[in-house]
Amino acid sequence: MAGDKEALFSQKNRKLLTDPLNDDNPITVQVLGICSALAITVQLKTAIVMSLAVMFVLVFGNLIVSLLRNLIPNRIRIIVQLLIVAFLVILVDQVLKAYAYDVSKQLSVFVGLIITNCIIMGRFEAFALGHGPWKSILDGIGNTIGYAIILIIVAFFRELLGSGKLMGYEVLGHKGKTIAESTGLYHFGYENNGFMLLSPMALITVGVLIWLQRARNRKLIED
Amino acid sequence: MDRNSNLYTFIFAVVMVIVVASALAFTATTLKPLQAENVRKEKMQNILSTIGVNVDRDEAGNLFTDYVKQEVAVNADGTENTEVDAFSIDLMKETKKPAEEQAFPLYIAEKEGKKYYVVPLWGAGLWKEIWGYVALEEDKNTIIGASFDHAGETPGLGAEINQSWYEDQYIGKTILDENGNFVSVTAVKGGADPKDLHAVDGISGGTITSEGVNKMLDERLKNYLPYFQNN
Repeated sequence: MAGDKEALFSQKNRKLLTDPLNDDNPITVQVLGICSALAITVQLKTAIVMSLAVMFVLVFGNLIVSLLRNLIPNRIRIIVQLLIVAFLVILVDQVLKAYAYDVSKQLSVFVGLIITNCIIMGRFEAFALGHGPWKSILDGIGNTIGYAIILIIVAFFRELLGSGKLMGYEVLGHKGKTIAESTGLYHFGYENNGFMLLSPMALITVGVLIWLQRARNRKLIED
Repeated sequence: MDRNSNLYTFIFAVVMVIVVASALAFTATTLKPLQAENVRKEKMQNILSTIGVNVDRDEAGNLFTDYVKQEVAVNADGTENTEVDAFSIDLMKETKKPAEEQAFPLYIAEKEGKKYYVVPLWGAGLWKEIWGYVALEEDKNTIIGASFDHAGETPGLGAEINQSWYEDQYIGKTILDENGNFVSVTAVKGGADPKDLHAVDGISGGTITSEGVNKMLDERLKNYLPYFQNN
């Protein structure tokens, strides 16, 4: 942005980072990226890895779209945005396969799923096309953090209640074949709620989060 | 130039596609040898892990020949096929050939004086292909280790087949019944009887993937039966 005397972290720019965390959260307020919030929140670890991958694609995608914003013909802008997302996603996938093979195996289908994540196209269209590169990068970081927070909260409850684990560790004790063999909570007859592992429960968890957020944040209440 | 004209739009699209395509083609070609090497070492690592040798990927490349003494390509009639290199057989392509032309790789390994037979597996999961290795003891019946993997099963559900809790269930199971007939080992929905020598627990929520593993074990192991009887 030529002639822009604004400080790198002016109040306005800081808002780009902090707004998506609460007032303008991509999942609970903008209702974008719900599909991945349902699909990959069975375990905490996958939710975190997915968030990092989305961050890379969104930050660089926002930057590229923002740099090209005065060149992209209006009529084919959606196709161009799609091309940029696909390019970044394939790039990430290839590089991971060569240099971080184990991470790439963990991510498996998620890398491809990033293309379908509506947060990315949503932010390109709503923000990067109309703002400068630095603001777009901040917007990308802010939105992925907002996305990651919700994903991690949902995954925390799903993994804890669904499989009694966190990050793969058995935090509620070990479930043996019989009550006598079990330790921790399972020793007192506690059972995992297998329903938490299914997608509908992710939707309900997200719903509860939206309800809690709206009950506390007066700005979000619609007339 | 008018950015709303057809010509501009057309040129922009062409340039954009060419730039992106060349960048991706360049990356893919440059990284290909590194990726292929990772896949090759991982294959060696998986084969070794089924006979209880757990090493990281880089070591597997060096240790492989210390343990695997023989790589045999087995024909459907039980004879050895000496024309092909067993390690380089691609099961996906092989299973599409007519039955009489198929040759299946078998790795004969030795560890602490004992002989093991490692059979590579390949089949279909819910979304994409699944594969793995199963190691049999010298009796060509008892499973000593199994390792599975997948290209894109649902994380947390079908993707669990590559976790040790699932794979370790196969240890000690037998593929032949008391009369020596082939029965394979089946993952059972809802849990298997621990005393059953031919069944393991399926994965809750991953039924189709579990069934894929069953089908894969059954179809692949069957091909080696004539060879096992002859040798």
